[in-house]
Amino acid sequence: MTYLAKPKLHHPALPKNELGFTRRDYEGAVSTLCAGCGHDSISAAIVQACFELALPPHRIAKLSGIGCSSKTPTYFLGVSHGFNSVHGRMPSVLTGANLANRDLIYLGVSGDGDSASIGLGQFAHVLRRGVNMVYIVENNGVYGLTKGQFSATSDKGSKSKRGVQNLDAPIDLVGMALQLGATFVARSFSGDKEQLVPVIMAALRHHGAAFIDVISPCVAFNNHLGSTKSFDYVREHNDAVNRLDVIEGRAEITAEYAPGTLENVVQHDGSVLRLRKIHADYDAHDRLGAMAYLQERQAAGEIVTGLLYVDPEAHDLHDHIETVETPLNALGEAELIPGSAALQKLNASLR
Amino acid sequence: MLPTDTRSPDYFHKVVDCQWACPSHTPVPEYIRLIAAGRYTDAYMVNWQSNVFPGILGRTCDRPCEPACRRGRVEKEPVAICRLKRVAADNKDDVQALLPKAPAKANGKRIALVGAGPASLTVARDLAPLGYRVVIFDGDPKAGGMIRTQIPRFRLPESVIDEEVGYITGIGGIELCLGRRVDSMKALLAEGYDAIFVGSGAPRGRELDIPGRKEAAANIHIGIDWLSSVSFGHVDKIGKRVIVLGGGNTAMDCCRTSRRLGGEDVKVIVRSGFDEMKASPWEKEDAMHEDIPILNYLVPKSFTHTDGKLTGVVFEKVKAEYDAKGRRKLVPTGEPDQNFECDDVLVAIGQENAFLWIERDVGIAFDQWNMPKVDPKTMASTHPKVFFGGDAAFGPKNIIWAVAHGHDAAISIDKLVNGEDINRRPPPMVNLASQKMGIHEWSYDNAISNDLRYRVPLREKNVALKDVRLEVELGFDQKLGYLEAERCLNCDVQTVFTAPLCIECDACVDICPVDCITFTENGDETDLRQRLNQPARNLSQALYVSDALKTGRIMAKDEDVCLHCGLCAERCPTGAWDMQKFLLDMTLAGPACHSR
Repeated sequence: MTYLAKPKLHHPALPKNELGFTRRDYEGAVSTLCAGCGHDSISAAIVQACFELALPPHRIAKLSGIGCSSKTPTYFLGVSHGFNSVHGRMPSVLTGANLANRDLIYLGVSGDGDSASIGLGQFAHVLRRGVNMVYIVENNGVYGLTKGQFSATSDKGSKSKRGVQNLDAPIDLVGMALQLGATFVARSFSGDKEQLVPVIMAALRHHGAAFIDVISPCVAFNNHLGSTKSFDYVREHNDAVNRLDVIEGRAEITAEYAPGTLENVVQHDGSVLRLRKIHADYDAHDRLGAMAYLQERQAAGEIVTGLLYVDPEAHDLHDHIETVETPLNALGEAELIPGSAALQKLNASLR
Repeated sequence: MLPTDTRSPDYFHKVVDCQWACPSHTPVPEYIRLIAAGRYTDAYMVNWQSNVFPGILGRTCDRPCEPACRRGRVEKEPVAICRLKRVAADNKDDVQALLPKAPAKANGKRIALVGAGPASLTVARDLAPLGYRVVIFDGDPKAGGMIRTQIPRFRLPESVIDEEVGYITGIGGIELCLGRRVDSMKALLAEGYDAIFVGSGAPRGRELDIPGRKEAAANIHIGIDWLSSVSFGHVDKIGKRVIVLGGGNTAMDCCRTSRRLGGEDVKVIVRSGFDEMKASPWEKEDAMHEDIPILNYLVPKSFTHTDGKLTGVVFEKVKAEYDAKGRRKLVPTGEPDQNFECDDVLVAIGQENAFLWIERDVGIAFDQWNMPKVDPKTMASTHPKVFFGGDAAFGPKNIIWAVAHGHDAAISIDKLVNGEDINRRPPPMVNLASQKMGIHEWSYDNAISNDLRYRVPLREKNVALKDVRLEVELGFDQKLGYLEAERCLNCDVQTVFTAPLCIECDACVDICPVDCITFTENGDETDLRQRLNQPARNLSQALYVSDALKTGRIMAKDEDVCLHCGLCAERCPTGAWDMQKFLLDMTLAGPACHSR
């Protein structure tokens, strides 16, 4: 079996961003996942988001664990930094890297097995600590690499490809992220890039722990009747609360919107998130309201998507522990080893 | 937009830009794949069936296919289609056994062909195997027409002409009446032929009537007559300083021939701008490569001479001015005239038809320019039994157009003789077949070569310029031929979409290297073209639009720069995309062209 590399030839009118890169410059190696895998669409959305934000690829670090989803960093951002960690241990590697060099953009990519099963503890703590990152879970509700067993996010009552019903309760990663203090929480769908790309862009611009749960149908093992993570099921039950635009710099509002349907959220770095509300009374700054709404819709069998919660004034781990502005890995020997006098002073302060 | 109707043969045919642009619609990607596979004989026969003169055209074709080639839109240059044809001709085995033969029993019908050039020879090739008795008349001692008389031997060796003309005359049932110029249509009609085809070309070079023309006549030659004399060996030298007037391909042949017959200071001088010259860009390049400067915006005013000997040409300097409608006018710049000294002048400023031999009262209508009224589809004149083709039909064009005319005229003649309406033209033979062999395996080489166009190796200049009969191009060898063939994008392997199978997973959109696939809401064409992932600005290329999908959206594919790499089909989980080879063969004269 051979896989062709994607041909180098591209559309002659392919646009370039401020850095002079085309979207193709943000791609990685050709995917070896199954044809039609939702994860490939998420990779394409990440490529698109990084291109549109004109992020310098060498300033991005992509980290992952084990699983189909965790293979995907090979398939995007081919010239960025990468770390493929032990199963479920991506969050601690990411935390360590972030502590050593706070200047990079951290993109954690994980799946429902990697984050909701073996890595559930790590998932909880990295969000709780507010590490500045984008944490994407490519959630297909199934163990694809081991041929289709239920995962920890499979909905109760959903059916496997062989017709077996899942009797265990699912872990709702979005609900956990809200409860654990993540300052940017969104859910989206691999089959809807118009929603997904701006969500990823907004998360990349967020200062703090950003979590995105992306429903990503597994075409090989979880795209059948009875599945709650199939293309058809998600499209039928998708309850999008808002649509998002990301604007760099000052917002310019050209289109007319009915009162109460548009909200501009100015983030830490000056970027503007323009929320076009689909549910007029959904408030994306109300953590408790979001949790209640999610529970309610979930009970009704709906999948709530969109930007569910954002705190534009969020703080991250470095703010909490008051580290220096300069990344630790850029400090010189003098700053890192201040000498015995400094140590004595510190010890004295603790007596 | 309505869903695209791919059942119409034109839809997928247009996607194969080269085949669509070729007047005789040669299945180009099909024979290029055969060349890549080393099946030169098969590649030759695909060509021979369609364009009759692969070895000749592989060296001389005007190549309408190459400017159309999709490769030229995604990188710098198109595939060297023309020179690949020569690779097939150079490397084939003996094809004699594959050629048709006239049946033992003739069908009793007699057809006269006037002129033994490419148009007439095509008619003969198409009709002789059907049992027709074909009589070809030509004033020249050998068959071939302008192929033999006007194209210099250093571009096209005589052996190639003899071989490919021989393939036709060898069919049988063809009588060659060479050295016999037809001088009366009335008399020819009286001989009772079932049909007459006029393929007598545009044999008269245009005259340049300016002061000094008569006095210096001994050293002023009409380009095509002079080339013909060189071809038949009547002329073998020219002065050291030569001026060629004219900017077409004949002018390029004249100047390059001069360089080989003793011309050391050879110039081409044209009235118009360099860019507007009629000559093909590669022919201009070839001339300049042989140290022949091309001077532009100079209008010849008079020939200078002393004692009846040409001494030079005086030119008026002009510039181009454009009026409100964009029409160009050459106006004098007011600068002093320029005088160029020379020993000989070759006049190659155009060709004309000469139908003095057709009496105007035989029922063949002529238009105000003294050209016969010819139907471009059937090649019929206003006389029910007389057909025209090649340069004789619509003025000077090129060999491949003459071949196309010949095919069409042969169909008309065959239908006429069988009592059918010649206006009912036969549809082409069309076949569409999946190329899928496995999950990631196709029966064509779908990897895209990143190679740039290969140059055809040339004989060393100082050697080439010594002999007017020594072929200057060496042609691609098998290795270069393979590499160039791999540049072909296989545009005939079509992306075929089956809407009911699509689950809208976006896999094809994500993998497409040229962003030609979009899933979006339907709209009218202008609107849709703007809303695609990459707006479709090339209006000459179609949008492939599907029926509504489950979400109500449609699939819209811009055919413009599709690489036909098949990755959409490789990444499609449901087989909604498939790569299917579209083979279109034009129907030729014979039972298949009959309506019943």
